[in-house]
Amino acid sequence: MSELLDLSAVQAVAAIGAGDVSAPELFDLYRARAADDELGAFLWVAEDAPPRADPQAPLAGVPLAVKDLFCVEDVPTTSGSRILEDYRPPYTATAVERLSTAGAPMLGKTNMDEFAMGSSNENSAFGPVRNPWALDRVPGGSSGGSAAAVAAGLAPWAIGTDTGGSIRQPAALCGLVGLKPTYGAVSRYGMIAFASSLDQCGPLTRDVTDAALLFRHMVGQDPCDSTSLEYPEPVASPSAERLDGLRFGVPPELTGEGLEAGVRAVFEQTLARIEELGGAVDEVSMPNTASGLSAYYVLAPAEASANLARFDGVRYGLRAGNGDLLSLYEETRAVGFGDEVKRRIMLGTYALSSGYYDAYYGRAQRVRTRIVEDFRAAFDAFDFVITPTSPTVAFKLGERTADPLAMYLSDFLAVPMSLAGIPAISIPGGLADGLPVGIQVAGPAFSENRLLDASFALERAIAFDGTAARA
Amino acid sequence: MIERTEVLHVARLARLRLSDAEVERMTGELSTILGHIERMDELDLDGVEPTSHVVALENVLRADVPRPSLTRERSLAAAPDPAAGGFGVPSPGA
Repeated sequence: MSELLDLSAVQAVAAIGAGDVSAPELFDLYRARAADDELGAFLWVAEDAPPRADPQAPLAGVPLAVKDLFCVEDVPTTSGSRILEDYRPPYTATAVERLSTAGAPMLGKTNMDEFAMGSSNENSAFGPVRNPWALDRVPGGSSGGSAAAVAAGLAPWAIGTDTGGSIRQPAALCGLVGLKPTYGAVSRYGMIAFASSLDQCGPLTRDVTDAALLFRHMVGQDPCDSTSLEYPEPVASPSAERLDGLRFGVPPELTGEGLEAGVRAVFEQTLARIEELGGAVDEVSMPNTASGLSAYYVLAPAEASANLARFDGVRYGLRAGNGDLLSLYEETRAVGFGDEVKRRIMLGTYALSSGYYDAYYGRAQRVRTRIVEDFRAAFDAFDFVITPTSPTVAFKLGERTADPLAMYLSDFLAVPMSLAGIPAISIPGGLADGLPVGIQVAGPAFSENRLLDASFALERAIAFDGTAARA
Repeated sequence: MIERTEVLHVARLARLRLSDAEVERMTGELSTILGHIERMDELDLDGVEPTSHVVALENVLRADVPRPSLTRERSLAAAPDPAAGGFGVPSPGA
């Protein structure tokens, strides 16, 4: 049994293809582990293995954990919210559909911050998730359930979504690889929307090779998402051993104050490794990125306030109140939404309201332009921009729940890439006080192949050992 | 900074009923968050165009051809109060 658990997803695909492992056996192993979940990672687990699995399919039947904001036909889909507690969608998200067609059946739906708003998974209406590296700590968020499940070996791999760090930060805090793709690379159809100009889904995996394989089967234009684009080249399996000739830019604006000492130490070690592998590391000034968090906390809540208007107790989900129509809306939303969601709706509505629109929303959109320009200039001189993924390692449950701004600061390093719509990956760089530290590498739009290749070389040199979390 | 009366006004716009305790807490929290956000004011943004979207796409069209969609029954299956083939709601009131 434990030998099966030790296989990465790509190794499992190969073993099934060679006839050494059966897909139903692998599914049952993970199904049993997911059903026994003591971390709070899963909100729903599939009953049975899928009826037929083709061992020659590209993903060979290796099961997939799916963040609970992907609509799946007739399967509970809550987005971590009371307002959708008993909701079963009538259709399936494109990303889930594509992965299922490629041979990755759904193992279960994973816990998350309500409507993907949070950095610790403590905003779920269905309870927190524990970090398998330290049970009194958060797994990060908002894709905290997906991250904890993969790190603990309750699932071989998972998909999550990232609006301002929600794949990368939990991947970092749980010692995983997490890829936020280029905006438009993967269809958003069937993802319950948070901030539509920022939301992207991507893989959370044990290693870079797994991330590349999953990503390969997610990309592509989708008639159901008019912002999706055809991926310009095939997604390759990464193979680089060296970083010769590659230039990595370190923005001092993102790597100055605020980093924990342990995080800084792992980051500096990683920069030294890059040089050992033949890469060049130099400072690159990105003066506007330090304002990314401010712009993000206008733009994302503004878009969310519009997207979440649909949850009104009329067409699906919870309904409360027994007076007139207005009180039905107000009561349903009062009972159905949690504190953080209400806070973001308020913030977004305020930023869009008459008299404040220019000062907040308009201004934030201009900061976004400046950040796009910062990255464009950086990529003129550098192949990649590199930072830690999170300023801290996993923090204790409850530590930041009383201070929303402190929680938002977790995303300080991840948000600029989201605003620019560029791909960014988090890979484990090492441990600080026994807890994983993530390293973020970002590249220009549609540079995922190069990003995955460089991350692969770095991953081999770092040789991070994630087995402790799967014990 | 945001005042209590503004919080109540915005809650009304957002169709959120907040308890007195929530209004109190929200007033403080939103003021703190807006204080951080207002750091954007330090940047010189004169003449900078706004970005609403990073993908250079506009007017993505498809042929206007009927295609299968959810049935009425399926669309109403998750409705809290399906009524007369539609979504039932109370009267908007006077």
